Amino acid sequence: MFEPILLRNVDVPDGHLLATYRAGGGYQALAKALDEHTPDEIISLVKESNLRGRGGAGFPTGLKWSFVPKRAGKPKYLCCNADEGEPGTFKDRIIMERDPHQLIEGLAISGYAIGAETAYVYIRGEYTLAIQRLEQAIAEAHAKGYLGTRIRGSDFNFVVHIHCGAGAYICGEETAMLDSLEGKRAQPRLKPPFPAVEGLYASPTVINNVETLACVPHIVLRGAGWFRNIGPDKSPGPKLYCLSGQVRKPGLYELPMGTPLRELIEDSGGGPLPGRKIKAVIPGGVSAPLIPAHGLDVGMDFDSLAAAGSMLGSAGVIVIDDSTCMVKVATRIIEFFHHESCGKCTPCREGLNWVVKVLRRVEAGQGVPGDLEQLEALCKGIFGNTFCALGDGAAMGLRAALTHFEHEFVAHIEEHRCPFH
Amino acid sequence: MNMREKIKAAAARYPDQRSAIMPALLIAQKEHGHLPGPVLEEVADILDVERIWVYELATFYTLFHTEPVGVFHLQLCDNVSCMLRGAEDLLRHLEEVLGITKGGTTPDGLFTLSTVECLGACEMAPVMQVGDDYQGDLDIARIDALLDRLRATVGQATGADLAATVPPGE
Repeated sequence: MFEPILLRNVDVPDGHLLATYRAGGGYQALAKALDEHTPDEIISLVKESNLRGRGGAGFPTGLKWSFVPKRAGKPKYLCCNADEGEPGTFKDRIIMERDPHQLIEGLAISGYAIGAETAYVYIRGEYTLAIQRLEQAIAEAHAKGYLGTRIRGSDFNFVVHIHCGAGAYICGEETAMLDSLEGKRAQPRLKPPFPAVEGLYASPTVINNVETLACVPHIVLRGAGWFRNIGPDKSPGPKLYCLSGQVRKPGLYELPMGTPLRELIEDSGGGPLPGRKIKAVIPGGVSAPLIPAHGLDVGMDFDSLAAAGSMLGSAGVIVIDDSTCMVKVATRIIEFFHHESCGKCTPCREGLNWVVKVLRRVEAGQGVPGDLEQLEALCKGIFGNTFCALGDGAAMGLRAALTHFEHEFVAHIEEHRCPFH
Repeated sequence: MNMREKIKAAAARYPDQRSAIMPALLIAQKEHGHLPGPVLEEVADILDVERIWVYELATFYTLFHTEPVGVFHLQLCDNVSCMLRGAEDLLRHLEEVLGITKGGTTPDGLFTLSTVECLGACEMAPVMQVGDDYQGDLDIARIDALLDRLRATVGQATGADLAATVPPGE
């Protein structure tokens, strides 16, 4: 039985309070980092742990930190991406609501490592309870000297501010988030320059996801080897899986990286709803291409899912059963991307608009011969031609649905109706 | 603190006043319910930033409302996880009992009904945000009970208005 690490406090009464967090060993990692390690040693430790970003891209965290110039002549910033907009994802919300100090300790250690004195937590505006709990936790941490000036008698000064988002999925893209933090419309920036060199206010900036930062204190306390021994060596660590959709026990489950998708759904999630069969699973939020039922033995880690033609993404696992029309699922997914397209680049803005029109008519039984070829041509025009990954995610998701469930699309067109209605 | 003081306090968190536009708009919206032109201009004046910058944000981010919304803003998630757990039936039911279509507001100004993208609470799908709160694991009976509770919280002062929105037979 895997002992929860990131979720160990979430069901403890008053888990969001500093006293509870400290009673469970909280802030010992920060003390250890400040007393026993230089910032460079922390970066090396995180590199050695093979921690990869939990926001979706899976970029090695220690490597990202090492890109920050040592002498910048400018303030450095740490930004926490807590915008969590990927449909099917709710892990960061639960950490912030029920164990916000775990995030704050991760922020403080990470800030120390990269030489930042200011952090902004960019949190989605809908997360009212998480915002309130995080505000309270920041105030408590300040009062007890875990944040502020000369933390624990060291030379390290560090403050954490909350910045509330206002309902734009694109802010999950790190450079769009920086523009949003600067008070602009959230649109992705051209890279390079990368944020590590020129990010927030043109200063060196590191952007990490909530869950990524929450891993950091545990690595400092228990060591890089301990972390790397959980799950596959190249993609290790404890992982939060958000299970939702047509499954008996939806919820947030912490298991080692690389846990087979089937095990997550059957053992943790209790399997499909009574009398139903699983048809497909979206393993990493709607940007991740779906996996048909015969592919569920894949390991839930970055490399195994990539090899299977999908991605771990945000680990938002959405189970779809045999009562559901895949054309409808695909249409809903593309409607989402179309709605959230920031409008900056043409292939995404116009392409998705066109895709939505075709999909809606197919779903309504008004599709015409040639529509599927049209959809593939549109995917080709979007994929690889957009400013950021939003358009790619939409095209990949649609292609997977078209590949694995072509017969359902064809049936809609040939029968002039949705066979599921 | 009044609105100006709250906005000034929020602005102190940033080296650049422009960064404070988003928090300022959230504060102003809390104060005014929505963000009409004069409020946007007031925000620009308080922060001493270009008005166009404020307009740009107010019209880009979906949490900002430039038009009035009802006392209770019912924001039903209809993204994939909620759709798979019956959000469409709930939307139809809400439209029927409130006598409005999505995007609309009841004539008494009590309820605005919207569909929204994923609220990040899929473990309790289908889910709806009502004001600041999340209501999860919804079904038709829970929606009905919720609407009753909400109507009760506004009290007797608007009782006559409320009666008009309650559909026959309820």
